[in-house]
Amino acid sequence: MKLTLKIWRQKNQTDTGSLQEYKLDQLNPHMSFLEMLDTLNEQLIIKGDDPVAFDHDCREGICGQCGVMINGMAHGPLPHTTTCQLHMRSFNDGDTIYIEPFRSEIFPIRKDLSIDRSAFDRIIASGGYISTNTGQAPDALAIPIAHEVVEAAFDSAACIGCGACVATCKNGSAALFTSAKISHLVLLPQGKEERAARIKNMVQTMDKEGFGHCTNTEACQVECPQNISVLNIARMNYEFIRAKALEK
Amino acid sequence: MMKLNANIPDGPLEQKWENYKKKAKLVNPANRKKLDIIVVGTGLAGSSIAASLGEMGYNIKSFCFQDSARRAHSVAAQGGVNAAKNYKNDGDSVYRMFVDTLKGGDFRAREANVYRMAECSLNLIDQAVAQGVPFGREYGGYLNNRSFGGVQVSRTFYSRGQTGQQLLLGAYQALMRQVEKKSVKLFTRHEMLDLVVIDGKARGIIARNLDTGQLERHAAHAVILATGGYGKIYYLSTLAMGCNGSAIWRAHKKGAFMASPSWIQVHPTSLPQSGDYQSKLTLMSESLRNDGRIWVPKNKDDNREANQIPDGERDYYLERRYPAFGNLAPRDISSRAAKERIDAGYGIGPLKNAVYLDFSKAIKEQGKEKIKEKYGNLFDMYLKITGYNAYEVPMMISPSAHFSMGGLWVDYGLMTTIPGLFALGEANFADHGANRLGANSLLQASVDGYFIAPYTIANYLADEIHTGKIDSEQEAFKIAENEVNTKLNQLTDIDGNKTVDYFHKTLGKILYDYCGLSRNREGLEKAINDIRALRADFYKNVKIPKDMATVNIELEKAGRVADYLEIGELMCYDALTRNESCGAHFREEYQTADGEALRNDAEYQFISAWQWNGSPDSPILHKEELHFEFIKPIVRSYK
Ligand SMILES: Cc1cc2nc3c(=O)[nH]c(=O)nc-3n(C[C@H](O)[C@H](O)[C@H](O)COP(=O)(O)OP(=O)(O)OC[C@H]3O[C@@H](n4cnc5c(N)ncnc54)[C@H](O)[C@@H]3O)c2cc1C
Ligand code: FES
Repeated sequence: MKLTLKIWRQKNQTDTGSLQEYKLDQLNPHMSFLEMLDTLNEQLIIKGDDPVAFDHDCREGICGQCGVMINGMAHGPLPHTTTCQLHMRSFNDGDTIYIEPFRSEIFPIRKDLSIDRSAFDRIIASGGYISTNTGQAPDALAIPIAHEVVEAAFDSAACIGCGACVATCKNGSAALFTSAKISHLVLLPQGKEERAARIKNMVQTMDKEGFGHCTNTEACQVECPQNISVLNIARMNYEFIRAKALEK
Repeated sequence: MMKLNANIPDGPLEQKWENYKKKAKLVNPANRKKLDIIVVGTGLAGSSIAASLGEMGYNIKSFCFQDSARRAHSVAAQGGVNAAKNYKNDGDSVYRMFVDTLKGGDFRAREANVYRMAECSLNLIDQAVAQGVPFGREYGGYLNNRSFGGVQVSRTFYSRGQTGQQLLLGAYQALMRQVEKKSVKLFTRHEMLDLVVIDGKARGIIARNLDTGQLERHAAHAVILATGGYGKIYYLSTLAMGCNGSAIWRAHKKGAFMASPSWIQVHPTSLPQSGDYQSKLTLMSESLRNDGRIWVPKNKDDNREANQIPDGERDYYLERRYPAFGNLAPRDISSRAAKERIDAGYGIGPLKNAVYLDFSKAIKEQGKEKIKEKYGNLFDMYLKITGYNAYEVPMMISPSAHFSMGGLWVDYGLMTTIPGLFALGEANFADHGANRLGANSLLQASVDGYFIAPYTIANYLADEIHTGKIDSEQEAFKIAENEVNTKLNQLTDIDGNKTVDYFHKTLGKILYDYCGLSRNREGLEKAINDIRALRADFYKNVKIPKDMATVNIELEKAGRVADYLEIGELMCYDALTRNESCGAHFREEYQTADGEALRNDAEYQFISAWQWNGSPDSPILHKEELHFEFIKPIVRSYK
């Protein structure tokens, strides 16, 4: 298949950047989207041009490192699919594809399509854990946890931290990401002890980093590769109000 | 010749680790603040050791090349983690797990290490649950288990098909908690490019900031490498694109021995290759073999769709050859059996390079919903990648490079041959022998970091409390930094006409063909020559963009491939000098009449430990003889 690509090129964080056009042909529809970019890069390198920088590592949808806007959609046209798991069979021969970095002021561009998502790490550092030191744990069966409860906690814990939720949100909100961690931990009995401190710290960090507020457009859950539900955001709001109420 | 001392503590097997801990030297809390430790890697091994040492009060610097610690490749492990909890009451015990692991590794591992891993498995599950890892549970609220290959009990704990992710998030969160407390300083997007050794001791690293290209010197009283496996040397593998052998290889060149580098596990159930453009082979978890049956058509060139082939015309070759373990035969055996069928012309799929993994029987017996609950995300992933619905047609799978049993040689305390340099997790060779059992390596990486190294590193550091700060302005740091700089410039100056990936793919092909699932003398000798020629070509013709001051991904890759071009040669020497078949190392010259591995305990009951001798062509072999005091090596049979 043949494609025209319009790719965002930007040398570094301070460069203004622009869209550049590239043409590719003889692509195999079974290629993954990133393998298509590999093919382009091979050609650019041989020509002596700078290859396109993009983030990726596992290439199986779990590390959360990949992610670009494809024709304006985070991770491209397929629902709940990371960029690395998208294949060229989802496009048509002759298509023009716009490829840009995830959009968010809080995720500065490092180069081309590669972005800095360290704000997510700072949110986790401010409280996204259960405070237990190595070696303090009681036997794993000491607290039985109902099947449904663990499964629900898992659904939230499955977040891969890719940032598609932020990129797709018109407010640039990190509510889905943060609430997924809040829910994962608060659903479990072990995680209930610190719930008040955790929610206050994490929400505060989210605001301090400059993420926008959630206005319930629910766009995030549509793009989320792990299908994380906006109900997590409802739980986060509940937890926040609960913590504030208990403060009084 | 240097005598390798594994420093195994005295006493009966069950008491060795207790004895070690009882006698190990300690560092008191006030002194810990004076000691700096570098941890390279934030996978399960790296995150867990950095968090644990941070909690104890040491000053930690933690490095990874990804943009977040949470993205280390441990995240990709799907199936589960083993522990001898015996919650299923099916006869499991620490001793049985020890025997299974030693036998699974074809009696090419140390008894004491393996026993300790099984022992520590109990605490790991407790630790993970306390951190909030959502392991699968039964309706009554108790923990559930599944089975993995090579064992007859259910001892595998799991979080759906994302066990590695959940365990890693537990360790990552513990790490970030220490980052917030400032006991750990995190350096993401940093790649270690050299080890600094002063007066024979590991004293620091040279790291490159991957965003700015800046080289940095970091000094410490001890350096821990938890940099994962080097299976990506085969290019097509189940590993992440950035997985590499560079950290351990550069340490090797500074004096750390490499142990049994040719012991590479080829996983039987990954997605088959479909074209030259392909960059990785996605793993389909071994847990699928609990319910999936593996087969190929009985007739050659049977071009019917899988579902059109009646049961009587299918060859369930694992069930046929290994009735006792059937579809759950260990990985090396399952992979070789698949290769045997494929090579014999019975392979399926467009390139005839795959076999079927069929769930129709399980779906009929247990219902689609049950299968979905167990493996839903794997079936979804299969659909996304291949476009096929595995609830309706069998999966197509084939073997793929997956795990390196080999790695830096370490003693019982996980210290390499360089004092002060430790290797944890997949980066060391320690516990799996010549073949790793499924779900044992998340375990190994975790227990190395949470439960073992915190003691053994303290034991080493106890003698360092009077050393004082290590100064990174010392000559050794300058020299190391200059060498790294020269090497980087040398690479970008070549300005040839072939990409780094070209060299990586070519090397991968050589290794798959001659140093993969089966090997022979002639092939290995050819591979050594081919690799040398390829390396020469690389240094003449590779093309890398020159920009040193911003993100330069080609330069990062080139450094890794340059090392792979040397590691590959050592792998071939290792395979060539081991004139026996054991575990994943199958030498065609040494097999039984029915094609099973022929081990030679009289001559090869040792771990190979290779010393760098100035060039990739002249490594020196040392041997650590293995002694089996508590269990007698038997012929490994799964029939
Ligand atoms: C697809 C897949 C599925 C698997 N499934 C299972 C399973 O179900 N059960 C099981 O037990 N095992 C499984 N394994 C094996 C297991 O996941 C790994 O062996 C284990 O996670 C390795 O952990 P680690 O901490 O040693 O290394 P990793 O998690 O690979 O971490 C390596 C770290 O080192 C860093 N690093 C590497 N080089 C450098 C450098 N030069 N400079 C700076 N940082 C560096 C990386 O950034 C990373 O942080 C699986 C493996 C794969 C590939
Ligand atoms: S590369 Fe890891 S999720 Fe896409």
